Amino acid sequence: MENLVQIAMNNVNLSAIMPSVVLCCFGLVLLLVSVFLERGRTAPVAWLSIIGIVVAGIVSVSGWNTPQAGFAGSVVLDNFATFFNITCLIAAGLTILMSDSYLHREGYPVGEYYPLILFTTAGAMWMASGTDLMTIFLGLEVLSVSLYVLAGFFRGQLRSNEAGLKYFFLGAFSTGFMLYGVALLYGISGTTKVAGIAEAIRLMPDASTNPMVIAGAVLLSIGFLFKIGAAPFHMWTPDVYQGAPTPITAFMSAGPKAAAFAAFMRVTYISLDSLQADMSALFWILAVLTMTVGNFIAISQKDVKRMLAFSSISHAGYAMVGMVAWNEVGFSGILFYMLVYTFMNIGAFAVLVLVGKQGEENLTLDGLAGFGYKRPFLGVALCIFLFSLMGLPPTAGFTGKFFIFAGALKAGYIWLAVLGVLNSAVSLYYYLRVMVYMYFKDPVEDYSWVKMEMATIVSILIAIAGVLYLGVLPGPVMELAKLSVF
Amino acid sequence: MADNLLSLMTFFPLLGMLVVLFIPRDNGAVLKGTTLAVTLITFVISLPLAFNDVFTVSGGMHYREYYEWINIGNYFQMNYNIGIDGISLWLVMLTTFIMPIAVLSTWNAVDKNIKGFMALLLLLETGMLGAFVSLDLFLFYIFWELMLIPMYFLIGIWGGKNRIYAAVKFFIYTAVGSLLMLVAIIFVYYYAVQSGAPMNGFGIQEFYQLDLPYHAQYWLFLAFGFSFAIKVPMFPLHTWLPDAHTEAPTAGSVILAAVLLKMGTYGYVRFAMPLFPEALPTFIPLLATLSVVGIIYGSLVAMMQEDVKKLVAYSSVAHLGFVMLGIFAMNMQGMAGGMIQMINHGISTGALFLIVGFIYERRHTRLISEFGGLAHKMPIFATVFLIITFSSIGLPGTNGFVGEFLALMGAFESGLRWYAVVATTGVIFAAVYMLWVYQRVMFGKITNPANENLKDLSAREIVIMVPLLIFVFWIGIYPNTFFEKMNPAMEQLLNQMESRQVAIVEQVEQPVMAKIVEFK
Repeated sequence: MENLVQIAMNNVNLSAIMPSVVLCCFGLVLLLVSVFLERGRTAPVAWLSIIGIVVAGIVSVSGWNTPQAGFAGSVVLDNFATFFNITCLIAAGLTILMSDSYLHREGYPVGEYYPLILFTTAGAMWMASGTDLMTIFLGLEVLSVSLYVLAGFFRGQLRSNEAGLKYFFLGAFSTGFMLYGVALLYGISGTTKVAGIAEAIRLMPDASTNPMVIAGAVLLSIGFLFKIGAAPFHMWTPDVYQGAPTPITAFMSAGPKAAAFAAFMRVTYISLDSLQADMSALFWILAVLTMTVGNFIAISQKDVKRMLAFSSISHAGYAMVGMVAWNEVGFSGILFYMLVYTFMNIGAFAVLVLVGKQGEENLTLDGLAGFGYKRPFLGVALCIFLFSLMGLPPTAGFTGKFFIFAGALKAGYIWLAVLGVLNSAVSLYYYLRVMVYMYFKDPVEDYSWVKMEMATIVSILIAIAGVLYLGVLPGPVMELAKLSVF
Repeated sequence: MADNLLSLMTFFPLLGMLVVLFIPRDNGAVLKGTTLAVTLITFVISLPLAFNDVFTVSGGMHYREYYEWINIGNYFQMNYNIGIDGISLWLVMLTTFIMPIAVLSTWNAVDKNIKGFMALLLLLETGMLGAFVSLDLFLFYIFWELMLIPMYFLIGIWGGKNRIYAAVKFFIYTAVGSLLMLVAIIFVYYYAVQSGAPMNGFGIQEFYQLDLPYHAQYWLFLAFGFSFAIKVPMFPLHTWLPDAHTEAPTAGSVILAAVLLKMGTYGYVRFAMPLFPEALPTFIPLLATLSVVGIIYGSLVAMMQEDVKKLVAYSSVAHLGFVMLGIFAMNMQGMAGGMIQMINHGISTGALFLIVGFIYERRHTRLISEFGGLAHKMPIFATVFLIITFSSIGLPGTNGFVGEFLALMGAFESGLRWYAVVATTGVIFAAVYMLWVYQRVMFGKITNPANENLKDLSAREIVIMVPLLIFVFWIGIYPNTFFEKMNPAMEQLLNQMESRQVAIVEQVEQPVMAKIVEFK
């Protein structure tokens, strides 16, 4: 008996999930802490959760280059997972920084908000390090359930409720697809381990025509594509992104999306490696569709938050170009791009958090008229993020897109790259329009409600630093991304 | 210091921009003064280049600086690789020379948001200089795109009535072209790497040696050429230019005309043509036709304009047609004519935009019909305008003559003989529209009472124009100062292209190429 416990303990290897354990511990303690704080006092919780994120970050970084497997090989903390962990932690950290003043302004100073972000991040980490479909699913569920709550966090607001409910229903639905896929793959291989499935498929002589394999692979992909927000599974994104509290929208578009990409990449690259030709062709279509749908619908949006939601669809499309490429450059390009996207998109949302009025935080383009003159710092910051989202040098958006398209061109996908850059040409229009309103129109309002909240400004500054650093000196981080692919 | 002269020159304006950002916003005079000082110092930093005789003996790259920048092993590598040769030398000098003039022109014209304006001007200068000295395609692309951002804001914030339309159009046109070029850049890089060529980052000198198959060159030339043709701009991709020029503030128009348009022509000379010389003959008939159409069309449309600034904008389309025709002649005369015409156009069209700016500041209108008889009231202005008009027409003794004559002669002696014949009529049209506008604005009686009290040029305005006038005559009378430093680089470029083209003539029968050989 003692022996068995010993074996189980050996197999457990907690260091393989240490970063997420730290986050969960902090989350649980913070839930208690917020009980003892007087009503409406959330700042200590926010700062403690920042500490939790920093500690988890240190733990993650210390595991660099020393891969750890745990729980009988169902999780692994390799460089790949670490890179994504850091990305998610940065997303969570920036989000928390901009949240506190926002929650107070909107009248929901509730402490549970922060632990939920920590749990989401922990779920994201399990997705990134899961080498077993069950672990990945577990991570996905932890992440999703926390996000459902966060999306609907403003329970008095119809829009927020709609976001939460819509996300929940559609998310549950897509999870069903995914589980069906897992079941089918389990049926052919007798295992849920990513490597085991790969082995089973490799040994099948007719893998690429076997209906069970194809159905399994496609259904599994649907689950991930839903989380990524790729067309045609993007329908939930605009409403959820628009309705959710703005910091949560920022977080959702970066952290969880990165985690979904991580799991998606690990599963496709390892398990479905022998189906490369078919999967690449499928991803080719989806990548182009996703970019195009996102960009063309974004053009007609009047609401900046909703526009950024559609733009985030198109960015998922750009990242998918790396999946099509199916080579090292493309894959590390995705890693790099997700980090870049975290900085630029969260930065853009952080500016919107400050611009928004209490209650009616719907930010129309008209509402930004002349904003750049009234609040020069925020104006310039938003410009930097928008230029980065466009993919213009010398910002990170350019180096990120370059990395991904380099992967595609290295693999010979010329037309995909051409369609990709033409798509970013389309996107120029709607990003530029924000600047047209900010600078080329005369101010109608005095923006007296825009308060320069310290913590939010800090998160904007960090994001600017990230965008410019990764844009001008991307070498070191690109190198890390290179070392992170399996 | 000489080791890093080019870097110092390129990034000094950026440094200046940071200084400008820390000056209080309502201190207009200090902001303008600082910017002027920064641009003047940049000019002084660049002066040793113009006086260095190394360009007269060697056509290679000088003032090289090379640092490893991004190196991701077998993924890709980019270097900070800059240098200058006789081809880029005068364009760099033109840039540093025109910037203080542009700043001076804003003295009374820009009164809102001076800080932003000055900061953007300096950022623009770094972008332009960087693009001219880059020897790494990736680095070039970064500077190339960097120029877009400040120009977009300059037009959009300080521009005229239709500024938003003009700014967005300018941005999207240029960006679309350059994005396709980006795909081409990455493609050619991986092609080179996978074919085992000894690549050193995206260095163009390695790309020059690359042996690309014809069909690849075809598409790559198309991508590069499209991007540069938008920037030049060549007919029919020119439609952004009249809008951008007309709406931009005077300083913006001057820089746009003097430097930004040269990016396109320079791009052809430095990148599109020498990188893909075997595809070039296939495209020369098309490109030469478009150049000639641009000359004729630009001149005819310019003739009919009622707005002086629009007239100058369309005349740019025509002038750049001469530049392109000269370059595509692919011989020394044509190339030299095209290159010197780039500088000429920068000087004379820049001056024309300044002149338009002068009268606009006085009358707040640019309609030709509003003026008439100004010569009586503004004798100095009349003289200056006349000289610049002559320079723009290409009267012997002025710079325009040297450039257009050589460009046309080069084209005439190459396979483009009939193109040259047609293009020469453009010179006549130029005389028509320029003299006609001069006559309507300057001569006759003052019919509009608003013109009665116009003041002649102020000391500041004269200071702006004098350097330009000096170069009008210098290039017109003794162009050798400039040619002797350009020639070795151009010779080297032509030889290099020719030696690579000879191979293709034997492989593929290209009718045009045959024609070129025949005429020689």
